[in-house]
Amino acid sequence: MRVLAKLLVSAYALAVYGFIFLPVIVLVLFSLQATSFPIPPFTGPSLRWYEAVLADQRLTSALINSVLVALLSSLAAVTLGFLAAWGFARYHLPRSGLLRGLITLPLTVSYLIIGMGLLILFNWAGVPKSLIAAGIGHVVINLPLCFAIIYSQMGDHQVNIERAARDLGAPEWKVLFLVSVPVMWPAIFAAFFLSMTFSWDEFVIAFLLTRFDTTLPVEIWNMLRSGLNPRTNAVGSMVFAVSIVLALLLELAFLRRRRQ
Amino acid sequence: MTGPLVEIRKVSHSFGSHKALDDVSLNVESGSYTVLLGPSGSGKTTLLSIIGGFVHPSEGGVVIRGNDFTRMPPARRPTATVFQDYALFPHLSVGNNVGFGLRMRGAPRAKRIGRARDILAMVGLADAFGKMPHQLSGGQRQRVALARALVVEPAVLLLDEPLGALDLKLRRQMQDELKALQKRVGTAFIHVTHDQEEAMALADHCVVMNNGRIEDQGPPERVYSRPASRFSATFMGESTLLSGKVLDLGMDEIRIDTQVGPVSVQAAGEPGFDVSLAIRPEHITLAPQAGSISLGEAKVVDVVFQGSFKRVSAVSIKSPDVSFIAKVRSNQPVAVGDTVELHAVPGDMIILSR
Repeated sequence: MRVLAKLLVSAYALAVYGFIFLPVIVLVLFSLQATSFPIPPFTGPSLRWYEAVLADQRLTSALINSVLVALLSSLAAVTLGFLAAWGFARYHLPRSGLLRGLITLPLTVSYLIIGMGLLILFNWAGVPKSLIAAGIGHVVINLPLCFAIIYSQMGDHQVNIERAARDLGAPEWKVLFLVSVPVMWPAIFAAFFLSMTFSWDEFVIAFLLTRFDTTLPVEIWNMLRSGLNPRTNAVGSMVFAVSIVLALLLELAFLRRRRQ
Repeated sequence: MTGPLVEIRKVSHSFGSHKALDDVSLNVESGSYTVLLGPSGSGKTTLLSIIGGFVHPSEGGVVIRGNDFTRMPPARRPTATVFQDYALFPHLSVGNNVGFGLRMRGAPRAKRIGRARDILAMVGLADAFGKMPHQLSGGQRQRVALARALVVEPAVLLLDEPLGALDLKLRRQMQDELKALQKRVGTAFIHVTHDQEEAMALADHCVVMNNGRIEDQGPPERVYSRPASRFSATFMGESTLLSGKVLDLGMDEIRIDTQVGPVSVQAAGEPGFDVSLAIRPEHITLAPQAGSISLGEAKVVDVVFQGSFKRVSAVSIKSPDVSFIAKVRSNQPVAVGDTVELHAVPGDMIILSR
């Protein structure tokens, strides 16, 4: 009986993990296919499709665009999120609870709605579709996240540390740069990499707000329209690898904080 | 320079509807060690924050070396604060913590390092320069916080319950070191505490606070031996309090009708006036002595052996709302449930009119 229960538990666990990871494994496996179609039987391993991706100028420029959008939008989101969190934590604002709720509200709104809203707004304001527009969209979705992470880590014990800096003659901008930011570093780091991960993977907003220069997920979608091809597997595997690296960096930031 | 170093002029402060300070005036002389003593909520920490510039008072002013600093931010005041939780910069080494104030004043790096090393050596932490704050013990962090505040050579050093987070033994040791350090650097210290032993050990000038007001201030010996109010008589050391009315006047003495009978003491007063008599525990004895009077019989309710003496609590039989506290020799046979007759010399009694 006990053996049977153990077997069932193992089978269940295997099924759950298989359900989650099988698609990724298949994706990565057939990116190493030697022949032209990503379907069984497996004919690899071969790196020819990775070579093809790196030789494809549209894909490489989309990759660079994605990195730029992720970096700059995350930088903007984390800066604005930190300043907002600092303001809410340190100053007594009227209707503070309501205002904090409003800042975090976009977390609950679907990317499609945010993307459509921005599309209509930009259209009306005469802002052309571009990487910058997509980047602004990513700031809109990531700022609430950065704010929530950093605000949750901003405790009262830092208040006296900032007071001490002021007491010793630091002007406000030095208090911010020499004390508040370094003390909050793990949370800022975590918020930044989480934003990077989300921006890097984001499709809907980038699809709606870019036209000629576009990000990698949108470019992959363009490729998929002309049917399956190991090249899409290869580029998908590369996107996945970058996400893994970002997730690891994020984990590292959190682990470091926990140890302190 | 004439006049006091720090003048608190008629300061009042309210947090919402709560009046934290009510018309407080205080002078701090240069080179003195001032202790603000009071229970929590007495306004002592608010007063310290007002001197440090972290709180701007609703009314009144703060004058330091003759200049009005009432509305100045902390950065532009000649004050430095040692915070209760030390508030060291956790991401900076001990050396950089101590050098921070000099860095803000634009001192060159070499000078900063030299000064930081000197001052760390002065507080007995010469080898901690390169360590991080989390590697230090509580007492060591306390010293770093002191060094960090002293390095900018403030006119006044403000200490907010600096020994509150330390265990008793370390607290007494740091207490001695604080006093020695203050004498050596000659900076005026203003120290907030709720510990009356700490206050008596450290203060040149002791300020007893309660409910946002100053109850009493002066040298600790005077505040202890001649407290100005009932609160100060019970907060700065223990006292037995007897309340009574002035009956009649003698040559240079008054007779007071107390709960335990009439007592004559040397003082001036008016008949019919309500007063209190405070008696310190060491002045109450179980046997009559020269010039003593009887305080009546009392039932012993508690005896605590404290090494060199026994602390005896007893309730008056004639007037059960009077509880006596006496310190008696530890070899004196006395036990809970005993009925004893208590005595005191009228000259040792303190007359309090408020």
